[in-house]
Amino acid sequence: MRPLDPRLLRYGRATAPYLAVVVALGVATAVLVVVQAGLIAHAIAETFLGGAGPGQLRATLVALVAVVVLRAVLAWAVEVASLRASATVKAQLRRQVLARAVALGPRWLAGRRRAEITTLTTRGLDALDGYFAGYLPQLVLAVLVPVVVLARIVPADLVAAVTIAVTLPLIPVFMALVGVATEARNRRRWRALARLGHHFLDVVSGLGTLKVFGRAWAQVDNIRRVNDDYRRATMGTLRIAFLSSLVLELLATLAVALVAVGIGLRLVHGDLDLETALLVLILAPEAYLPLRQVGARYHASTEGLAAAEEAFAVLEAPSPPVGTRTDVPVPADVRLRRLTVRHEDRDVPAPAGLDLDLRAGEVVGLAGPSGTGKTTVLHVLLGLLAPDEGRVEVSGPTGSGGSASVDLAALDPEAWRACVAWVPQDPVLAGATVAEAVRLGRPSAGDAEVLAASSRAGLVDDRRLPHGLATPIGEAGRLLSAGQRRRVALARALLRRADLLLLDEPTAGLDATSERVVLDAVRDEARRGAAVLLVAHRPAALADADRVVRLTPIGVDADALEQVATP
Amino acid sequence: MRALRRILAAGRPVRSRLLLAALAGTAAAGSAVALLGTSAWLVSAAALQPPVLHLMVAIVAVRFFGISRGVLRYLERLVSHDAAFRVLGELRLQLYRRLERLAPAGLPAFRSGDLLARLVGDVDTVQDLWLRLLLPYTVIAAVGGGTVLAVGLLLPSVAAVLAAALVAVVVAVPWLASGLARRADAAVAPLRGDLSTSTVDLVRSAPELVAYGAVEQRLAAVDRCDRELAVAERRSAAGLGVGALLTTLLAGASVWAALALGVPAVRSGQLPGVLLAVVVLVPLAVHEVVAAVVPAASQLPRVRAAAERVVTVLDAPAPVAEPPLGPGQQVPAGPYGLRLSGVDARWPGTPTDAPGVVGGLDLVVAPGSRVALVGPSGSGKSTVAAVLLRFLDPSAGLAELVGSDGSADLTALDPDRCRRVIGLAAQDAHVFDTTIEENVRLARRDATDAELRDALGRARLLEWALAQPLGLATPVGEHGARLSGGQRQRLALARVLLADFPVLVVDEPTEHLDEPTAAALAADLVTLSAGRTLLVLTHRPELFPELDAVVSLPAAVAARSGSPGAGDDGRRSACGDGGPNRTEEQR
Repeated sequence: MRPLDPRLLRYGRATAPYLAVVVALGVATAVLVVVQAGLIAHAIAETFLGGAGPGQLRATLVALVAVVVLRAVLAWAVEVASLRASATVKAQLRRQVLARAVALGPRWLAGRRRAEITTLTTRGLDALDGYFAGYLPQLVLAVLVPVVVLARIVPADLVAAVTIAVTLPLIPVFMALVGVATEARNRRRWRALARLGHHFLDVVSGLGTLKVFGRAWAQVDNIRRVNDDYRRATMGTLRIAFLSSLVLELLATLAVALVAVGIGLRLVHGDLDLETALLVLILAPEAYLPLRQVGARYHASTEGLAAAEEAFAVLEAPSPPVGTRTDVPVPADVRLRRLTVRHEDRDVPAPAGLDLDLRAGEVVGLAGPSGTGKTTVLHVLLGLLAPDEGRVEVSGPTGSGGSASVDLAALDPEAWRACVAWVPQDPVLAGATVAEAVRLGRPSAGDAEVLAASSRAGLVDDRRLPHGLATPIGEAGRLLSAGQRRRVALARALLRRADLLLLDEPTAGLDATSERVVLDAVRDEARRGAAVLLVAHRPAALADADRVVRLTPIGVDADALEQVATP
Repeated sequence: MRALRRILAAGRPVRSRLLLAALAGTAAAGSAVALLGTSAWLVSAAALQPPVLHLMVAIVAVRFFGISRGVLRYLERLVSHDAAFRVLGELRLQLYRRLERLAPAGLPAFRSGDLLARLVGDVDTVQDLWLRLLLPYTVIAAVGGGTVLAVGLLLPSVAAVLAAALVAVVVAVPWLASGLARRADAAVAPLRGDLSTSTVDLVRSAPELVAYGAVEQRLAAVDRCDRELAVAERRSAAGLGVGALLTTLLAGASVWAALALGVPAVRSGQLPGVLLAVVVLVPLAVHEVVAAVVPAASQLPRVRAAAERVVTVLDAPAPVAEPPLGPGQQVPAGPYGLRLSGVDARWPGTPTDAPGVVGGLDLVVAPGSRVALVGPSGSGKSTVAAVLLRFLDPSAGLAELVGSDGSADLTALDPDRCRRVIGLAAQDAHVFDTTIEENVRLARRDATDAELRDALGRARLLEWALAQPLGLATPVGEHGARLSGGQRQRLALARVLLADFPVLVVDEPTEHLDEPTAAALAADLVTLSAGRTLLVLTHRPELFPELDAVVSLPAAVAARSGSPGAGDDGRRSACGDGGPNRTEEQR
């Protein structure tokens, strides 16, 4: 993994100016390290050999105070700049990731990925704090400090400078070598660790079931054995993995020892004066210090970079191709031909080779066991996902007076969706009140129209809405019951006056009276001239449709056997 | 703190390893300080140009410390990690033993996958107590103390300043920093919550927002939260940097003080000049060693919170009396029936008006009969199942196992014996992340292949399983994710068929299934239970043909006397067995 991903500079635009600040502060810090060493060496040498007292050294001590305070302020400034940059970059990445994830569509944003995106944008990216505040400034120092320190040592004592200049580059080289040698094993080991945690969680989650079958105690030995096996194997890996830090520590301290012994011997022979020797002795460990600290903070960096990597993967995911035609014909006739959609998490496509015709003024029912792709059909018709095989053909009069027949894939999705309304199975509402949630269907609608649509969906008569349409619905409509949410979604769809109306189980969980209200509203829409597709389980809803299409599962599947078993 | 002490006890078996790690760590860090100290003396002494022979000891010492630091540090890390893994294993076992007693009724976590996952993660977190807190702090205490003593022998005034600075760095700075971090967190936390909520809503409702062209509007709302959060985080950065400021300042101050005190001491003859470099440079080295450890202090709140959650579980009261109350009773001879008289029961820690509370239940299931106990979600069906399986003891009333030669109070029976007679197919029966075969075989380890296939066949899963490329060795995925809802229920059914319980309790077997699947499963259940006693807990008795009796679960609590959703066909959303979500209750 690269220590600084160039994509971070591209997507996190605050990174570049921040790096400039950190480099400037790093140079200043390195210079102060050298100045401090010079002051200390001077004071000691003057006192020990020159016989100087506090009086003569007042200027040196005052200067040292200034250097110490300045260094502390610089350390503070680096930390503050890092945290501020991190906050900005996180916000920049979050914003882009969310916009991109939504743009990639529901197929991409389904199942596990939905949870991953939520985690990444809420907590995951916080790992960048460790990267920015812990790792990156140290990395900059690890490059700058040795250079500045060496620049000072070279004129003072060439031999020591050469010792440091030779050993210093060896550290990253050896660490990289050990790293490469152990990387594969390491990664296997961490995966095993994740598996072990998963196994334990699986057993614990299933404790109730294990107790039913009297198997709970038997797992104690099992857990102990798995833990021991894992520990032994892991220690084998760690023995090698820790070699990289052994090399780091060994080279750094051994080099300092060599430098110390070397200058000591040269002092004895009179080749060097004490002040220079002390300067070199103080500076030698300083040359290695930032590099050692980078090693210690490597872990913080990997977590942050992994989170950034995830974000980049989202940002660079290829967009599904979309149509561009905006002259959408009024969908008087919609034909689905051999429609097939495959799902990442399932073996069989659903739907598989579906043929379905929708016509203006007609209510078509769509039924079938769960998992046969009913909701997927709606997503395709909404232009939210493209079928793997087959096509959707839309024919009808166009705005210019003629009539046209076009493939849905060629149409601009937004222009197409302007004439489609949808009532999802479990609606997530937007807005603060019932009226606002309904108005989403057509933001330009007047209050009277909102009231009419809500009334047709049975919302106005609902006594459990204490303030009528002004009743607050909470975040995403959580204050409403599932049935109320569905009726708000229905009102929203009615308000849209769409040419194509798609309903996903709109009557589930409603009593017979409410069901009637909903079905009447749907029928009215068809009379107005809309083509209606009604996904439903319940006989009452299907009885109301002009035609019912039943989806059947394909492949050998227990659910199919169940169908055979039902009279 | 008591929680931490409880957890620390788990380290006792590996005490010698921890001690060895602490010794190696102390020696390693001590080497770093000694390296600079001896080097400083060597250079100072060399400046007087003595015969090289006089310096030999120092030269050898410098070289020795140059090597020992790395090697000892390597040893410390190996030993401490080994100890930490052992402790982790021990803690997992302790936790498992306790959870075994508590499951599934004794802990709310068992009704939430997230809570359980967090608990398991907490055990991983508490191992940091040794690895990242206890060991490093022991090491710096030893090295810091040793260094202060050594410097004190040379010049007490410098040692005093050094001691004060070290204590400040190790104790005061982390304390101050964590206080500032908490304040920053408190300022940021509500904004973080807002951002989280709006993000979750956005992601969840993405398809609808796209369909209605409202994405921009909602993204702008998230954006506003995001900006506010970033502003608040930037504002708190100044405070968070104070830790770094003080650590650097205190290190510099120690060196400065050593110089300012050392110079007059040399002048007055209190300190030999050759030792001035030692007195000044040693504080530099020891601060470097200490500073590397200080960031670990920020782990303490996290570790302590995890430890407290783990200890809460270890101390949670068991939901059933084990061993049984009173004189242990023998399990009567079969065939078996069930009898509940005036049973009150509720999940531990829930209020009396919570969903799932059972009050004054009378129920008789005659041997060999098939009975349905009917009630809407939240009426306490799963609570009844827990009582019958001895996962939960009733708070009042009597639950009995009726045999041919008398009956036994369930609470007086050994839970494991009791569960050999009464079996449960729960709606949330756990499907383990292993193969189909292993999942079924856990019902009876010694079952033959023929018996296994027979059970799968009767549950109508065999044909499908054999059609898979890997047959019975097909992995089912986490929580059976690779199976359909119907297949998961059939797997659970095959399991109880293999175990061959004389009394079978089935809890909402048709929940979350579509109509035809649910009807087929219900019919199979009744057919397959021929010859045993069956109690079906359901809100849809019409699905089950040929039952001997249908008993309604009384609305247990007056507070919930509101009509439970007329016409509700039971397609409740993700709410599990215990609690209907609140919005459903409003109807």
